Amino acid sequence: MLQSIERQRHLIDFTLSSLMRRKGKNFSVLFVYTLVVFLLASVMFFTSALRKEAHLVLTNAPEIIVQRSLSGRFSFIPVDYGKKLADIRGVVSVRERLWGYYYDPEFKANYTFMVPEKLPVEQGTIAIGAGISNTRHAYEGDILSFTSPDGVLRSYTVKAVLPEESQLVAADIILISTEDYRVLSGIPPGHATDLVLTVRNSKEIATIAEKIKKILPDSRPIIRDEIIRTYDAVFNWRSGIMIVILCVALLSFVIFAWDRATGLSAEEKGEIGILKAVGWETSDVLLMKFWEGAAISLTAFLAGVLLAYVHVFFTSSALFLPVLKGWSTLYPDFRLVPFIDVNQVITLFFLTVVPYTITTIVPAWRAATIDPDSVMR
Amino acid sequence: MKPSRKSTFFLCSLAALVLLFAVMCVHARVRQAAEMAGIGRMAAMVREVGLTDLCLFTEASYTRNPSQTDLQTPFQEHPVSLEHFPSGSLMPPPEHQKDNHAAIH
Repeated sequence: MLQSIERQRHLIDFTLSSLMRRKGKNFSVLFVYTLVVFLLASVMFFTSALRKEAHLVLTNAPEIIVQRSLSGRFSFIPVDYGKKLADIRGVVSVRERLWGYYYDPEFKANYTFMVPEKLPVEQGTIAIGAGISNTRHAYEGDILSFTSPDGVLRSYTVKAVLPEESQLVAADIILISTEDYRVLSGIPPGHATDLVLTVRNSKEIATIAEKIKKILPDSRPIIRDEIIRTYDAVFNWRSGIMIVILCVALLSFVIFAWDRATGLSAEEKGEIGILKAVGWETSDVLLMKFWEGAAISLTAFLAGVLLAYVHVFFTSSALFLPVLKGWSTLYPDFRLVPFIDVNQVITLFFLTVVPYTITTIVPAWRAATIDPDSVMR
Repeated sequence: MKPSRKSTFFLCSLAALVLLFAVMCVHARVRQAAEMAGIGRMAAMVREVGLTDLCLFTEASYTRNPSQTDLQTPFQEHPVSLEHFPSGSLMPPPEHQKDNHAAIH
């Protein structure tokens, strides 16, 4: 046993010496490899954590939301629709929801006004999200003004700033009373932004949504499962820029592995020839090449994954931030909880370490099976 | 003094990286446990206020509340009006909106 370990250590000694003879090339290979793993792992950690957090948080979203669609566009829904909806068997309650967007030209920021379902807000007061508070330097007791559709500037006292920890869902939220919001938004009386339904049995949600479409053909029911699935789709591998990052990283990796697989340099072939000539078996050469591949790929994999973890969960994905911010001037400052999907880490391992190690061994095996004399020539 | 072997340095470095990887996994577990209360408070806010989406992008209505939007909004009024907000390239339309669109047209 000890003899076998000592043999492997001698092989590693020899492999590392061989790698150090071409240190420029091998260090650049290690750097690029680590960078590819870092990029892939960063995307993986970021999307996985965001999906998981969306699942946990949005599990309390409304069960069914009914919107009205006219000419293919959103339209305010008459509150009277609620009576028809309440008659559907299985519907426990129907509530109007008032909310909408407000563009602040001074700060070039979009806010979301919302009349809360359960948190009471006094007339003349508002509660603002931490993102708005940070952008406008507005705190409890300050007065904020907004222009209503009739051009009148309306002022509200900031009663509370929503907790910093809630920025992932409420950074741009302004909670306001029903009366104030009707005046500020100009939503006509008897109408609401949408209607929220609660149902007795959650298994019946899909059936009730179908009934709603039959009873009110101009309506658009959105069920909670669809809301949660939205975030599954948004940050899966096939979506938007994720696929671009993935393709770029995989393509670089393929080019990189291809370079290894297509052959060895004359110097490497000569080295194999000499080893064979001095009595090394083909299996010894392959073992040496295995250690060479493993040394580079394992180091790159572990370093890349660790750096990605620090990047996503300690620096709030600082490198992705310019992409995520886009043109927003109000951006939520949140730190993701490290929900790591072990299956994804294992997949990343098999997608990077295994192919690289194999592409290191195969050309070496080809060189090692040829007559040493012809390899050295 | 006997010079240290390259394999010793390599194996120690590899062991250190594996150890850091294990620390990372433990750290993730500990942070998850510590942050569950905060996530619970966020979930409570979602219920009390009646929220539907994560606040990831505030630049456009259809990326602020992707689950509530329709397919027409990003393209506004005319056929060659290109969707121009950067977050639009990150956030594809949700599946249920595609189904609705198919049902309407």
